[in-house]
Amino acid sequence: MDKNSSDENQEQKEQVVNPWEVSAKGKIDYEKLIEKFGCQRLDPSIIDRVARLTGRPPHVFLRRGVFFAHRDFHEILDAYERGEKFYLYTGRGPSSEALHLGHLVPFMFTKYLQDAFKVPLVIQLTDDEKCMWKNLTVEESQRLARENAKDIIACGFDISKTFIFSDFDYVGGSFYKNMVKIAKCVTYNKVVGIFGFTGEDHIGKVSFPPVQAAPSFPSSFPHLFTGKDNLRCLIPCAIDQDPYFRMTRDVAPRLGYHKPALIESLFFPALQGETGKMSASDPNSAIYVTDSGKDIKNKINKYAFSGGQDSVENHRKYGANLEVDIPVKYLGFFLEDDAELEHIRTEYGAGRMLTGEVKKRLTEILTEMVERHRRARAAVTDEMVDAFMAVRPLPNMFD
Amino acid sequence: MGYAKEQLLARLQELQIDFAQYEHPVVLTVEAQAKYVGHMKGALSKNLFLKDKKHRFYIVSALADMKVDLKVLSQRLGLGKGGLRMAPEEALGEILKVPLGCVTPFALVNDSARHVCLLLDQGFKSQECCFFHPLSNDMSVAINFRDLDKFLNSIGKTPAYVDLEANPPVGKDQPPDLAGLVPSDAVVLPDPSEKIASSQGLEKNHISVNNKPTATAAKAVKPSNASQKERSDSAVNLSSSFGDPEKLVEEILEKTTSIVLSEVKEENMEKYQEQLGTMVSNSIRKQLSLELKSILSMFKNTSYTEGFYAGTHRQPKRM
Repeated sequence: MDKNSSDENQEQKEQVVNPWEVSAKGKIDYEKLIEKFGCQRLDPSIIDRVARLTGRPPHVFLRRGVFFAHRDFHEILDAYERGEKFYLYTGRGPSSEALHLGHLVPFMFTKYLQDAFKVPLVIQLTDDEKCMWKNLTVEESQRLARENAKDIIACGFDISKTFIFSDFDYVGGSFYKNMVKIAKCVTYNKVVGIFGFTGEDHIGKVSFPPVQAAPSFPSSFPHLFTGKDNLRCLIPCAIDQDPYFRMTRDVAPRLGYHKPALIESLFFPALQGETGKMSASDPNSAIYVTDSGKDIKNKINKYAFSGGQDSVENHRKYGANLEVDIPVKYLGFFLEDDAELEHIRTEYGAGRMLTGEVKKRLTEILTEMVERHRRARAAVTDEMVDAFMAVRPLPNMFD
Repeated sequence: MGYAKEQLLARLQELQIDFAQYEHPVVLTVEAQAKYVGHMKGALSKNLFLKDKKHRFYIVSALADMKVDLKVLSQRLGLGKGGLRMAPEEALGEILKVPLGCVTPFALVNDSARHVCLLLDQGFKSQECCFFHPLSNDMSVAINFRDLDKFLNSIGKTPAYVDLEANPPVGKDQPPDLAGLVPSDAVVLPDPSEKIASSQGLEKNHISVNNKPTATAAKAVKPSNASQKERSDSAVNLSSSFGDPEKLVEEILEKTTSIVLSEVKEENMEKYQEQLGTMVSNSIRKQLSLELKSILSMFKNTSYTEGFYAGTHRQPKRM
């Protein structure tokens, strides 16, 4: 499944997708990515199955193909149908205080999974990773981890079923034992092949992958899953994280664990267009959760790449190019009402609706979302963060 | 008598609405107001209190230099060519509870003004902020339209912005474009006992102000989710604490009753008849499910945290 370095280098001229870099000439080709990585497409029949098993409509991200790829999601569903539960694992690399909508996407989806399947969740804050890759001090990365935890909590996770941990706090004990077991199964050449490390990279980087792999195994959390070595793990993440988990899946059977299953999302496009993912370092490439209604309106109006024609006459004649229009894409993520989205796509594509109207609707929706998030975030106290991050049993985690 | 300026300002602060206030000698006209705040950041507004032949009242709030053609407006509202007149002076005091020269969107906070239709100049949206009187002529408040909307939503009013320059033809095939904004009931002037009740405390007034059908058919055209959520979102700012069951229940009841009251109106009663109950229930579910889940999750997390904190700080039993 893994190509060796020279093949990767050739592909790199076209598009680069790995945990630390996402770029392409033009649009990201997701078909090629699925093929290259070797994961599966999420087809409509799986989505229907999810709806049936959970007794509720599938999340908007499933319906719209935002989460579009998976590994072994079938098996999770098969086991679930037999009455075997699973746990969720997702995470965040706390590299900046400013969280944008793209960051929230996996968390919004994970919350839906937690509610729909009624399963526990562990959230890893990789403060150590950011300390190493972004050259932050230990204290700063720990501080950012706590700050980001507040935004994550504001997404609405159930405290009685969720354990948030930061690597600097939690690594040790059973977790570390698993890290070592994993590390023993992966050769240096292998990590170089998967992650592209060079002789110049410090050893911290080289030895990091097991840290992100360990939460895939239930024995890493003895306070939660003692006696449940057979518990499966489902990892919602963006597709650039796939390399970590390909490595983990390789290792799992050798350690006697189930391979973790994955459910993967597209990248949230930047405001200026679909050539990469949103970057926390460019404030106008994204809508932040701290943006005011005014900021949002401004950013959408000024920076959101429009697929509309350059004049009203041309627009009415030719319609908008929905392939590249960012506002319509964003609506695809956040406008819940399928019928309304369809209507907008039809009218805008035919030129009967103007860009301004589409942008206005988007601004409405995003403002509401951001305000709801802000309110929730304001309710998160330091004590609440401590409680989420405390190493404690979760007796009701499957209720 | 009605809401006082101080009560209004306090309410704005409670809602965490941004505004600037400027005191000045009493002014009765826009020109006079301009002398004191004309140089400040913000656009002046002119506010007309109007009445139609069926004793329904309207506030038209526009940028000061906007030409408001009452004949055109009257036609667009479906009132015919000469349907709109300036309201008599007594109505100012009785309905809006403000003195002469003080017509302002804020007056809608009074229960007596619950049937008044507010038309806002679309031009406000492109201004950084606009000036309005806060229920008295010795002060001007500068506020951005979004914050004004927040306030209006909090008192159960859906803001209606209108292009006051437009003069669309009205005829057999072109129905009056603003007809949906006309209040569906004739106004009943409040009797003295109601007047006393309406000035008793913020909370109570807030509840009674919601007891009016918001008869904006325009709302039905917009996806109702957005406008309802907008309204409930701003009311939500009243309770910032998630550990208080009383406050949360109040908030939930308020959101639910406001939907019930806005859906139970004549046109829906005719349309749905016995199914009205089902329709309202579905409306409530659709509009509130997400919001309520969010509120209750936060409540649960807050409670758990309080318990957790208490547990981890527990003193060992003294023997």
